[in-house]
Amino acid sequence: MPIVLETVNLEKRFGGIVATNDVSLRVEKGARHALIGPNGAGKTTIINLLTGVLAPTAGKILLDDNDITGVSAHGRVRLGIARTFQINQLFPDLTPLDTLGLAVSERLGSGHDWWRIVGTKSQVVDEVIALLEQFHLVDVMEERTAILPYGKQRLLEIAVAIACKPRVLLLDEPAAGVPEDERHDILSTVAALPKDVTVLLIEHDMDLVFSFADRISVLVNGALFVEGKPDEVARDPRVKAVYLGEEAHV
Amino acid sequence: MKTPLTNSVVSRALAARAHWHPLEILFWVAAFSSIWLFPGKYLILTEIALLALFALSLDLILGYAGIVSLGHAAFFGVGAYAAALLAKHELVNEPVLALIVSGLAASAVGFVTSFLVLRGTDLTRIMVTLGVAFVFRELANQNGWLTGGADGLQGVTMQPILGLFRFDMFGHNGYVYCLTVLFVMFLLARRIVNSPFGLSLLSIKNNPLRASAIGINVNFRLVAIYTIAAGYAGVAGALLAQTQAFASLAYFDFDRSADLLLVLIIGGTGYLYGGLIGAFVFKFMHDYLSVLTPQYWPFWIGLLLVVIVMIGRERITSWTLPFRKLGGRLDWRRYRKDGA
Repeated sequence: MPIVLETVNLEKRFGGIVATNDVSLRVEKGARHALIGPNGAGKTTIINLLTGVLAPTAGKILLDDNDITGVSAHGRVRLGIARTFQINQLFPDLTPLDTLGLAVSERLGSGHDWWRIVGTKSQVVDEVIALLEQFHLVDVMEERTAILPYGKQRLLEIAVAIACKPRVLLLDEPAAGVPEDERHDILSTVAALPKDVTVLLIEHDMDLVFSFADRISVLVNGALFVEGKPDEVARDPRVKAVYLGEEAHV
Repeated sequence: MKTPLTNSVVSRALAARAHWHPLEILFWVAAFSSIWLFPGKYLILTEIALLALFALSLDLILGYAGIVSLGHAAFFGVGAYAAALLAKHELVNEPVLALIVSGLAASAVGFVTSFLVLRGTDLTRIMVTLGVAFVFRELANQNGWLTGGADGLQGVTMQPILGLFRFDMFGHNGYVYCLTVLFVMFLLARRIVNSPFGLSLLSIKNNPLRASAIGINVNFRLVAIYTIAAGYAGVAGALLAQTQAFASLAYFDFDRSADLLLVLIIGGTGYLYGGLIGAFVFKFMHDYLSVLTPQYWPFWIGLLLVVIVMIGRERITSWTLPFRKLGGRLDWRRYRKDGA
């Protein structure tokens, strides 16, 4: 399989702290790739570097072999990288309907359109309907996002990313904080993503990781530690050591 | 039980905020009927219309994009001087055309200064906008050969509007002119805020991080609305210069920018009518209280401000929300039936 997203010796320093240390990560097209590691390992920093929220101190990021290190955050979305956030980043005053309508409009390039009224483009409307139904948001589509139950907000968080029709989707702990009875909705929507979408998942829930991923990278102290197929990673004594809290023998 | 989502249902729900509410129609009927109802009050009515347009301008950036400004008078002043100079030197004689040119001049200034405003937080924005207004006031002050300096720009003679309507001494035509411009500019603003572009501004105000994560070029959109809003302020200033046949340094004053925030705090932001209602209340209070207690009227304005902020700006901002929500809900039921 061709490599769709790649980092080359990626490094990020915050003052004296090295949050990302010489990470060379390769994500194959169509992969279900998980990035795991203990708290503070620098997983979210990598997502922020990949999406252009943070600029790396050194190293390169390649999308389909093109260097995108200097591309702005919004530019990378246009190139097909979308993400969800570990802590919901939504528009509290807008409804799910508005939020998805906006995301789809932006993707279709009508975001500059200042004359047309929202909702008069039928392609936008069709896609919004599909998303509302897929993510079980129909009954709350006209509520303010701020007052939605947490599980619904979490679904919307993923729906907004999907509305960008990404080729590469970065999921930062999609099920974090979701009550047990609402987890299923989230897991099933994640599992039902189209096969041609490449997914990089950050997750603490090992059940979810092992049921979902076909490739796992383990990050420790900002550096790539182990990478392999799920069963290889699961058997690796060094990974067990890290997760049991022992010092790693590198 | 669940009605299937049809294209028309969702399309209408998405466009719901663009629907004309009966209260809105009532508002404009009342506004235009003032032409016949209060023939002796044209001067203050004109002032209200101008302040309303000026406040509409600030609402576009504050209420929709979340940019706070304490120097919006910069654009008001630029528009006013542009209009006065165009008329005085007979560069553009027809007032409506001169108005458009003046608005574009203010827009150009807004575009250039917008890059300063993009940076930083609310506090830095307040300081930068304040500074920009001071700079323009001083520019007008120092270039007396062009602007008349501290004496103001005198000797402006206005030609009839569209070559037909003279600015009469009672201010009738002036008021009709200002109110009509306000209405047209309002319609345009209404269109803008209900477009995908307008929705993207709201999203930036809500969460710029997420806005850029769905592919919105945040800075570009902010520059765009700041430029548009500057044009609105410029048109308001130009209208004042045209109706008074005069322009003065006072148009750039800090008081004017500060009053404008007060107007929006009174009327509320983010639904376009806030500036209009606020302008009416503010001018009415100004007029009424200064007759009642000539020396102390700022006391009452100050008291009102304190009370409003103590009650909570959030609540003031959204005091019309129940009406709007009610309207939206009724509409929604209707569409459900249509769709089912």
